[in-house]
Amino acid sequence: MNNFQYSRASDVADAIRLLAADPGAKLIAGGTNLIDLMKENVERPSRLIDISRLPLRDIEETADGGLRIGALVPNSDLAYHPLIEQRYPLLASAILAGASAQLRNMASVGGNLMQRTRCPYFYDTTTPCNKRSPGMGCSALDGLNRNHAILGTSESCIATSPSDMGVALAALGALVHIAGRTGDRTIALTDFHRLPGDKPHIDTNLGSGEIITAVELPPQGFARNYSYLKIRDRLSYAFALVSVAAALELEGNAVSEARLALGGVAHKPWRSLEAEAALRGQAATPDHFGRAADLLLQGATARSHNGFKIELARRAIMRTLMQATSATPQSQSHKKIA
Amino acid sequence: MNAYVGTPTSRVDGRAKVTGTAKYAGEFTADGLVHGFVVEATIPRGRIVRLDTSEALKVAGVLDVLTHANRPSLADKDEAWKDEVAPEGSPFRPLYDDLIRFNGQPIALVVAEEWETAKFAATLVLVDYEQDGFATDLEAERGSASEMDKPHRPRGDAKGALAAAALRHEADYLIPTEHHNPMELYATTTVWESDGKLTVYDKTQGVQNVHKFLCAVFDKKPDDLRVISPFVGGAFGSGLRPQYQVVLATLAALALKRSVRVVLTRRQMYGLGHRPMTIEHVALGARPDGTLDAVTHEAVAVTSRYEDFSRNDTGWAEQLYKSPNSHFSHKLVDLDVSTPCDMRAPGAASGVCALECAMDELAVALKLDPIELRLKCYSDRDQSEDLPYTSKQLRECYARGAEAFGWARRTPAPRSMRDGKELVGWGMATGVWEALQMPVAVRIVLTSNGHAEVSCAASDIGTGTYTIVAQVAADALGLPIENISVRLADSALPQAPVEGGSWMAASSAHAVLGAAEDIRQELARLAKAMPDSPLAHLDAANVALVDGMIGRNGAAVSIADVMRHSNIERIEKEKLNQFAEDKSHARNTHSAVFAEVKVDEQLGVIRVTRVVSAVAAGRILNTKTARSQILGGVVWGIGMALHEETAMDHRFGRIMNANIAEYHIPVNADIHDIDVIFVDEPDDRINRLGIKGLGEIGIVGVPAAIANAVYHATGKRIRRFPITLDKLLD
Repeated sequence: MNNFQYSRASDVADAIRLLAADPGAKLIAGGTNLIDLMKENVERPSRLIDISRLPLRDIEETADGGLRIGALVPNSDLAYHPLIEQRYPLLASAILAGASAQLRNMASVGGNLMQRTRCPYFYDTTTPCNKRSPGMGCSALDGLNRNHAILGTSESCIATSPSDMGVALAALGALVHIAGRTGDRTIALTDFHRLPGDKPHIDTNLGSGEIITAVELPPQGFARNYSYLKIRDRLSYAFALVSVAAALELEGNAVSEARLALGGVAHKPWRSLEAEAALRGQAATPDHFGRAADLLLQGATARSHNGFKIELARRAIMRTLMQATSATPQSQSHKKIA
Repeated sequence: MNAYVGTPTSRVDGRAKVTGTAKYAGEFTADGLVHGFVVEATIPRGRIVRLDTSEALKVAGVLDVLTHANRPSLADKDEAWKDEVAPEGSPFRPLYDDLIRFNGQPIALVVAEEWETAKFAATLVLVDYEQDGFATDLEAERGSASEMDKPHRPRGDAKGALAAAALRHEADYLIPTEHHNPMELYATTTVWESDGKLTVYDKTQGVQNVHKFLCAVFDKKPDDLRVISPFVGGAFGSGLRPQYQVVLATLAALALKRSVRVVLTRRQMYGLGHRPMTIEHVALGARPDGTLDAVTHEAVAVTSRYEDFSRNDTGWAEQLYKSPNSHFSHKLVDLDVSTPCDMRAPGAASGVCALECAMDELAVALKLDPIELRLKCYSDRDQSEDLPYTSKQLRECYARGAEAFGWARRTPAPRSMRDGKELVGWGMATGVWEALQMPVAVRIVLTSNGHAEVSCAASDIGTGTYTIVAQVAADALGLPIENISVRLADSALPQAPVEGGSWMAASSAHAVLGAAEDIRQELARLAKAMPDSPLAHLDAANVALVDGMIGRNGAAVSIADVMRHSNIERIEKEKLNQFAEDKSHARNTHSAVFAEVKVDEQLGVIRVTRVVSAVAAGRILNTKTARSQILGGVVWGIGMALHEETAMDHRFGRIMNANIAEYHIPVNADIHDIDVIFVDEPDDRINRLGIKGLGEIGIVGVPAAIANAVYHATGKRIRRFPITLDKLLD
């Protein structure tokens, strides 16, 4: 860990000012990922700007019937908030599928979106990694890549986004509210994270000097037919091999609206509008689920050790859609798969 | 008189541990304590050509950076570096020279006023290497394996018998490298005392081993050094040998003439010992009725280039199963890794896993129930030396375990049992370990207030040694357990070997009995000499210590009275207990392990929903701590079956999951019902109390029982551990 300066932001504008004044500065809230990365010398910020006391901890209803979630709401508070439990149980479920109770208590909503990949080569400063040191090469391409991406990869990087919460937010069509020097802006969560391309060191489209202030959920919550299924190497406290967020509106047995997003398979939560369109207006049957899965996984490519993920993802999508259809969502406390 | 032995006595150190008053090696402090942080090599093999510490030394608060180039003197003969459990070879010497022998090797120690300062400055140490060709991949190097010089004695003609066998099963089973990952990080606090002597608080399984080692390495007299390790937060074999942080902390203390603490990081602990990766080749030849004609087991295991570490992976079949023809061999492949070391049930955890999976495969081929096959091959004698056992209640383990598990309701065909979307599998396996015992000395000081202090250099690595020593002493001295205090793990205390091999329960208990007997004799002598002694006409050999009294059949006096009348404040007795050598019998513990798995048919997700472990391990001293031992072994066995694997990138010769987020062990969600049964196994031959020890047996057989259950559930035989769900898809 390097030596760094510490500042406490007095308000959002102050945080933006402090960021602008020091290009090596990083924002810190819960610190559940940043401090790990600092301990490993992967992140070496010149300054930490503590935003944990900023007034971004509210969950408020929006004029159109959605919810606006402050960027500093702890993951646990969000998961157990009555409005989330009642109206957006998919989001609550995804959050509870991730990390541990202790980490969820510390981690903020904004920080969850900003967490970095757990690719072991990214974490180990002795091995080449384009995300950590652009131009050095990607060790995972021909290395230990069993848990690496199968979608949206590049020859520069096959890292995955580790977030569970982000997968549900992507499926729910969440928006990210951002403040910066030139004013506020809003972007879709699905546009917040980037694909690696030839610049894998840039995870998100958050500009320098910008700060996440809130995440907004649209009114439609899919509270009846939803499921979040996370497949991993042990039954808790492990990153996803594959995770699936599924949300359906059903009219009888017909799908009137569908949302599908994958975690653990790409540099960002993976959604395909084409796959969702293929479900709309169709009967909720395995055949149609299979077709949607094929569309969602279109273009999936494997490296030496992660080929199993393609078939696993296909099966997990099918199962999650079945769970959503039958309104028997996956429990995050009982680990038997519904 | 057994008020305590055999009962579920709670840990006497439990309160200290859960309230934080139990102090561990990294928690001791001293005036002027400074902190060392280790700089590790980042290549697996080569030579340091430049080690530039100038930037690190400029950091305010940094006191020194010790390297091979500027360190104080260290012993130069291998003998000095060989601790009491060192394997053949030339032990690793930290900061000794410019050679790199494994990735993660310590190459410098930054010493600073604060730990964070040392850690930061460590990142500023610049190193250039001349890298040599290296190899870390056992499977790629299997061809270079060489036979150990102590092969088992072959019996009959295994090769011929295998070729002629009516049914044959032959396969490789692959056990990956595993690391111990004790919760407590390796740490040493070396205190520079005012007289220049050193008190070394170290995380170790053997303080006297470390003491002798440090005296040899630093050319010190025994009185110059004292090693103390009152509590150990798990070690599992990784602390049997002195680890390098004790050398570095002591080296720095000598260099700076100050007290120094060195705590390793989790990553650095992956540069210590490990369970060696092994390829276990098992071949079984059988008759249609299930009797064995031939057993061969060849293990190919990893060792380092500088030491030959090996354990008994392959001899267990010889003890367990009757076969007229057998051949066992153990081969080593030298790789550019640190030397492996003992890890819970070393050899057996891996070797018996392969053997018991192979037996299951043979049972399937023979269409025999797996228990029936094992009973067909059951051996009442250890065939390696053709000896009877002091006791062997393995049949009873099978019977009791099967009954508790409900084995009779198992349908034999794979994929024949199901629960909704999950396939259900029931598997079983046999476990075996040795019942070892070692010389241990104990000192008992009985004071006239009816209190006794029992002391011994043995460690309690979390197994419960404090508690069983207190139980045995309380019974032997006829005192309430609250009146017994136990001191352990100080090199100045009476002799004990490292705590390992499951030998400490039997060894320490009998040492307590020996010293207590001397106390009893002394009290009897004094009691008989009292005026009008009620014991006057009793034979001293026949009086017992019960409820604070000494006497027989109501003719008794209180110990306090005896001591008061004799004007004695304290009686001190120290006794070294040596077990009589007896080569006429084999000594082993056994178990039968039953596992239920539920496997999601489409997704391959595995849940171990039930385990029953029926254990025959002689007399159980403490049913509570003993059960905890077996539970811990079962949980670890679940990890070995499904989770644990040290992932090496062979291009870099570097471990890529050197942390307990990515190196998976079971978490609470992975553990369901575990039922531990202790089968009654009286044994009046092995030792006076009939104790065999329990530390290792709990894990042996568990991985195989689970693998066999996975086969029964899915019809898929996974021979490459761990059994992760990707291996079940297709």
